[in-house]
Amino acid sequence: MSRMSNLVQAINEALDLKLADDPRVVLLGEDIGKNGGVFRATDGLLEKYGEERVIDTPLAESAIIGTSVGMAVNGLIPVPEIQFLAFIFPALDQLFSHVARMRYRSQGQFPVPMTIRTPYGAGIHGPELHAESVESFFAHTPGLKVVVPSGPYDAKGLLISAIEDPDPVVFLEPTKLYRAFREEVPEGLYRVPIGKAKRVREGEDVSVFAWGSMLRTALKVADALERERGFTCDVIDLRTLYPLDRDAIVESVQKTGRAVVVHEAHKTAGLGAEIVSLINEEALLYLRAPIKRIAGFDVPVPFFALEDEYMPTEARIRAGIEETIMF
Amino acid sequence: MLAEHDRAERLMAIAKAEGLYEEIHLLTEDGTLAGSVDDISPEVMVAMYRHMVFARAFDRKAIALQRQGRIGTYAPFEGQEAAQVASAMALAPEDFVFPSYRDHAATMVLGQSPANVLLYWSGRVEGIRSPEGRHILPPSVPIATHVLHAVGAAWASRHRKEQAVSIAYFGDGATSEGDFHEALNFAGVFHLPVIFFCQNNGYAISVPFSRQSASRTIAQRAIAYDIVGVRVDGNDAFAVYRAVKEARARALNGLGPTLIEAVTFRMGAHTTADDPTRYRDQKAVVEAWQKRDPIARLRLYLESQRLWSDADEAKLQEEVRARVEAAVDEALSIAPPDMEMMFDHVYAEEPWHLAAEREEYRRSREGVSV
Repeated sequence: MSRMSNLVQAINEALDLKLADDPRVVLLGEDIGKNGGVFRATDGLLEKYGEERVIDTPLAESAIIGTSVGMAVNGLIPVPEIQFLAFIFPALDQLFSHVARMRYRSQGQFPVPMTIRTPYGAGIHGPELHAESVESFFAHTPGLKVVVPSGPYDAKGLLISAIEDPDPVVFLEPTKLYRAFREEVPEGLYRVPIGKAKRVREGEDVSVFAWGSMLRTALKVADALERERGFTCDVIDLRTLYPLDRDAIVESVQKTGRAVVVHEAHKTAGLGAEIVSLINEEALLYLRAPIKRIAGFDVPVPFFALEDEYMPTEARIRAGIEETIMF
Repeated sequence: MLAEHDRAERLMAIAKAEGLYEEIHLLTEDGTLAGSVDDISPEVMVAMYRHMVFARAFDRKAIALQRQGRIGTYAPFEGQEAAQVASAMALAPEDFVFPSYRDHAATMVLGQSPANVLLYWSGRVEGIRSPEGRHILPPSVPIATHVLHAVGAAWASRHRKEQAVSIAYFGDGATSEGDFHEALNFAGVFHLPVIFFCQNNGYAISVPFSRQSASRTIAQRAIAYDIVGVRVDGNDAFAVYRAVKEARARALNGLGPTLIEAVTFRMGAHTTADDPTRYRDQKAVVEAWQKRDPIARLRLYLESQRLWSDADEAKLQEEVRARVEAAVDEALSIAPPDMEMMFDHVYAEEPWHLAAEREEYRRSREGVSV
């Protein structure tokens, strides 16, 4: 059985199923109980599972992550929600100093399985600091895994995998896609593996690597390029940003000989640079053109009147892909 | 869980009875009692003393080892033995313990091996393994962050309706950090079975408590969060022991958290890399606090009760010397680490690139070239 769900409904279904499936799972965060989350990702779960398992916390992000560490070392599987990604900044000490290191420094004695869910990314015209994409902070921190779904089916399957993962996962939910479209989503538990990318469009001329909301934009450009110019793009949704799916990236570039990385995070020291390096290390001699990064500009994420032009637009992505193919 | 009004009334009664500004004393500096200690058995009193004497000898030895270049930087706790030993003795094996890096007297009471403590200060990760049957977390290095972990662990214990508490050990400096306040607030809101055990040892490295806060005491912070606050003489093992025992009982009875301020003094430097004469008249403060020494007063009391004799003391000193030496031998004779262990336990399952880096390291070590 399946039903048509949007991304935020798929998240809700995954949480519901894991709460029912595993008594160790506990949700905590700001406004996640009575209010069901500011995006309604946890809607109805307080009523169903009670306030011992779906916990409206005081407004303190460091405490949300810090108490999750304590819960995890004592046998629970917390799924904390940070209301918007930038609000995690007060909790970075907890995340970097403890969540990421506890398994390591205790030599496996105190693992801290937890899934930190947080809406992220620009594109919904929110206030300042509601639109960041700082995924490279987390990918740069040994001990964490980083997952970004780009659609309802993957969101549900990846979130279930994340909650079942023995290590901490930062689970970034693209706000722009929460209600952007619906897709067939199976009703029961299923898993989409962490660490595996997905080819979402088969092509021969250029590999396009994207994730989150940028995947949708990149796909639109790929459609237009094929329709208007006959270029075909091999579009890969990375889905997991740490650990990267090396094989999927390398195989695609070996086939196409060209690569473009699209992300809405700032370009400098963004994950695009990591992917470019990986291709250099593993597939340099297959390349027929320099690899291009099309990214958010290196400015603070601007106020929302400028937001749409800060993010890679279809025009910028198209120009970048064309330059790469025509090099 | 008690009814809300019942809980509030009992909290008020506790606050009134114990006060938040006055230190509780049971054992005075001259070894006489300031109150009844009928609830503390002679066996416990003698065990406290033995632990404290051992802890001091260990601490002095660790400083000497650092001076000789045989271990790395070390954070001494001399002066704080009563606070650490007596609080740890009031705990049960099922409790979760979240120490900082100066709390080895407490963790050794709970079964952490002295050799492990020396290994930790020798840069060896093996030194922070929790002993079997105990839940002692690795010492927290960032200040106050682990206070929140204690709250979370207490939450998990209550979630499973277990009769266990969590305790966080931290210093006066930690009470200026946001995480400390967030921890008190969360624990208060959810009535969690957690003990916040603050050793106010006067200084956070060079900064005296008067520069940490305008609050007269740390215990009074409890008022703002509507939790129980207690201020005890931290050099009085009996007062500390009772305060933690009572906090534990309250926590298990659904009365929520307790903030204990144990007023004590760090006799030595912050760490072996620190020179306390830069920020205080070391000679004067040490002289002043020596009069309040936690070990001397306990010995006076035990002797007055005929629980301890010169012969016992001579025997204990001999035992302690042998135990410290054994710990030093064990720690310093450990084989050097297999350097490749730096790759272990980053994740449950090693990701591909980490496996590649491990392989790269192996090859470099073997001197294989292409």
